[in-house]
Amino acid sequence: MEPAPCRVLHVGRETHDTFTLTLEVTPEGRAEFAPGQFSMLYVFGVGELPISISGDPGVPGRLTYTVRVVGRATEALARLRAGDWVGVRGPFGSAWPVEAARGMDVLIVAGGIGIAPLRSVVYHALRNRDAYGRLIILHGARSPKDLLYRADFRHWNRQAETRALTTVDHGDMRWRGRVGVVTTLFRYVRLVPERTIAMLCGPEIMMRYVCAEICGNHRIPPSQIFLTMERNMKCAAGFCGHCQFGPYFICKDGPVFSYEKVKPLLGIHEL
Amino acid sequence: MENLEKILSEHPFFDGIGKTYLDILTGCARNVHFEAGAYLGREGEDATSFFLIRKGKVALEIRTPQRPPLVILTLEDGDILGFSWLVPPHLWRFDMRAVGSVRALALDGRCLRGKCEENHDLGYELLKRFAYVVDNRLQATRLQLLDVYAAARA
Repeated sequence: MEPAPCRVLHVGRETHDTFTLTLEVTPEGRAEFAPGQFSMLYVFGVGELPISISGDPGVPGRLTYTVRVVGRATEALARLRAGDWVGVRGPFGSAWPVEAARGMDVLIVAGGIGIAPLRSVVYHALRNRDAYGRLIILHGARSPKDLLYRADFRHWNRQAETRALTTVDHGDMRWRGRVGVVTTLFRYVRLVPERTIAMLCGPEIMMRYVCAEICGNHRIPPSQIFLTMERNMKCAAGFCGHCQFGPYFICKDGPVFSYEKVKPLLGIHEL
Repeated sequence: MENLEKILSEHPFFDGIGKTYLDILTGCARNVHFEAGAYLGREGEDATSFFLIRKGKVALEIRTPQRPPLVILTLEDGDILGFSWLVPPHLWRFDMRAVGSVRALALDGRCLRGKCEENHDLGYELLKRFAYVVDNRLQATRLQLLDVYAAARA
């Protein structure tokens, strides 16, 4: 699949090391996506990398990505300005189970930039508010300066039956919000196991702790928990094998998996 | 007294606790209030009580040389604050600062330790409940130590 050229509409700074890129999709590209899917973004002359879509699936003709600067390709993405061009392949991969979640309470647990692929679920749920029960969003970040989408969180907390809580791992005396890892937020929410579907994204270790919390203390069965896995990706089509995870390819079979499916693999050392 | 008993019985920490134990606990409890910036306890001081936070937020802080204190955890409505009353040498290990106005119940640790020595069933009941809270805090601390959101350069 050839990358389709897409025009940069806007680059907005989120935090000291993270920005959000909005692209206008040209007729050669595909703007439709399901929450949870990702694209391969090609910075001409630099390289290609997989980035989750963080925008609203209900807005046509646009693709939005939130990117943390961690290397050469992401640095090049951060230097783009409105009017520049980016190559886009995709969208690829499996999606969050937004249809299966209809009629249920939706629990979203995100760590760090893991909130980006889950923001699309929040947009979708709020756009179809009557289709879902309570929307509970728990987000943990490293420190106050790393908290993403602050305006979105304020907006979400004003919506009916929606609770969005944030916490940071480390704070200082100026910070008036919560300090503690994301699992500590479970003290402040009440979950109904048979009516809750959970969607998790963040560092794998964090997700393991969260799964232990929601299965152990809140009795939510693994079949109702979904998470995104991450491994180095290259082709995004299941050919190259870079992102192999046990019997799965993250790019093709994932990135969203049922916890029930991947639970045995998460316990294997160095997989 | 009646009001204190109701508050204690409705707190999740004491969920399902027997009436006899509740009467003993109520006898050791009192309402307390702290203004923003006040300390519920300071590192090294006698840990004479523990708190059930009813309203407000408390920051657990570690003093660090030549830097402002580091906040390691915040606790708020419904949370339990303080284990040091239970464990020798019964000294606070952290500073506990009220972030805003805080209302809480303080349970007298010396009084409770005495009651637990007299009544081991009560002691075991309390220890089981505190062990659950301590275990949760320990797991959270381990995750915090891993610093999982630190950037790994590609």
